[in-house]
Amino acid sequence: MNKVVNNAEEAIQGISDGMTLMLGGFGLCGIPENNIRALVNSGVKNLTCISNNAGVDDFGIGLMLQGKQVRKMISSYVGENAEFERQLLSGELEVELLPQGTLAERCRAAGAGIPAFYTPAGYGTEVAEGKEVREFGGKKYIMEEAFQSDFAIVKAWKGDTDGNLIFKATARNFNPLMAMAGKVTIAEVEELVQPGELDPNFIHTPSIFVNRIFQGVDYEKRIEQRTVK
Amino acid sequence: MLTKQQIAQRIAKELKDGYYVNLGIGIPTLVANYVPAGMDVTLQSENGLLGMGPFPTEEEIDADLINAGKQTVTTLPGSVFFDSAISFAMIRSGRVDLTVLGAMEVNDKGDIANWKIPGKMVKGMGGAMDLVASAQNIIVAMQHTNRAGQSKLLKELGLPVTGLECVKKVVTNLCVMDITDRGFELKELAPGVSVKEVQDATLGRLIVQGDIPDISF
Repeated sequence: MNKVVNNAEEAIQGISDGMTLMLGGFGLCGIPENNIRALVNSGVKNLTCISNNAGVDDFGIGLMLQGKQVRKMISSYVGENAEFERQLLSGELEVELLPQGTLAERCRAAGAGIPAFYTPAGYGTEVAEGKEVREFGGKKYIMEEAFQSDFAIVKAWKGDTDGNLIFKATARNFNPLMAMAGKVTIAEVEELVQPGELDPNFIHTPSIFVNRIFQGVDYEKRIEQRTVK
Repeated sequence: MLTKQQIAQRIAKELKDGYYVNLGIGIPTLVANYVPAGMDVTLQSENGLLGMGPFPTEEEIDADLINAGKQTVTTLPGSVFFDSAISFAMIRSGRVDLTVLGAMEVNDKGDIANWKIPGKMVKGMGGAMDLVASAQNIIVAMQHTNRAGQSKLLKELGLPVTGLECVKKVVTNLCVMDITDRGFELKELAPGVSVKEVQDATLGRLIVQGDIPDISF
């Protein structure tokens, strides 16, 4: 089976209005730049996006917000994006904020065949509203369900044509979790190699989770907080 | 009164050799500057790095290597990267020895609010809700009052809660307080600050017992 597609435009075939997408990255670190660009150009709309952050005004998922392509964001932190805050406070955009660890585990659970789990994070807060509470060992936990998503879109450092992936540094973040969790998983990589070229000892995401893969181009890798000694 | 740097410096006295520590954004980040020489403290950054090093030089900058505040950082010998699920496994399972967070409000039961001002500001909780739900040792670093001069140390929270009964110690520009069953227990005063000033700036139950020493560094 050939998983390799030529570019992001081919990779996002089948993504249509109203779907739920997972997008990897933390801040602007490790985001699938090529796929986001293709989604913006495609004009697909009414999307639900699961991503830790919502980009900044003019980069990352922020570009999709500018185009009013997103109906709902599911994130943990959205503080870097003025357009996001404007759409949220005006009611144009629906937002579900979740603890970061809960967001990660709901991705992981989806990829692990586990429908739900209990976590202490958010007990007693707005996050717990409408969720089942159970006590284990004298402590209260809330039930969180695995995410359902149509497509998971991730960015890796290296990948092979079978779909095995290796991530770099903190650009790993949510990417391997989301890679496991999509009905269809799209991976864009900086370097696409032949099977056998990646050391099996150091592969983060096994190929079985990945459906489409391509080598991305023109990575900007924008830095949000450039801090030096 | 303490400067932000001095608040961080005082909190650094709570560090112990071998500690794994998570530092939040703002004043907490500064604690890293005051780790005593020779002490082995490992910083956990919840975006996926254990063993966070200092900021890079211009030549070392790597867009793929940032901390939870989205700042460029470096690694150290022994550093390790991991995904976000593993990161919060460390946090929820209680393996992080000390967590230092900023806050908008803390009450005298140790509840904390730091993620939302309804109708005004929505930034999100990030990893804070996971941290406060699980960490055994949480210190809050903040100013004693907000920009309008109102107390941030309350009897009841006015803002949406981040976590319940979790804060153990608060270090502000005015003082150090422990949070116990009886409320805020004044432990140390910033140089030049009186007990009355702390009382005036604290709305929650405040316990003052015996002579309160000055903060030393």
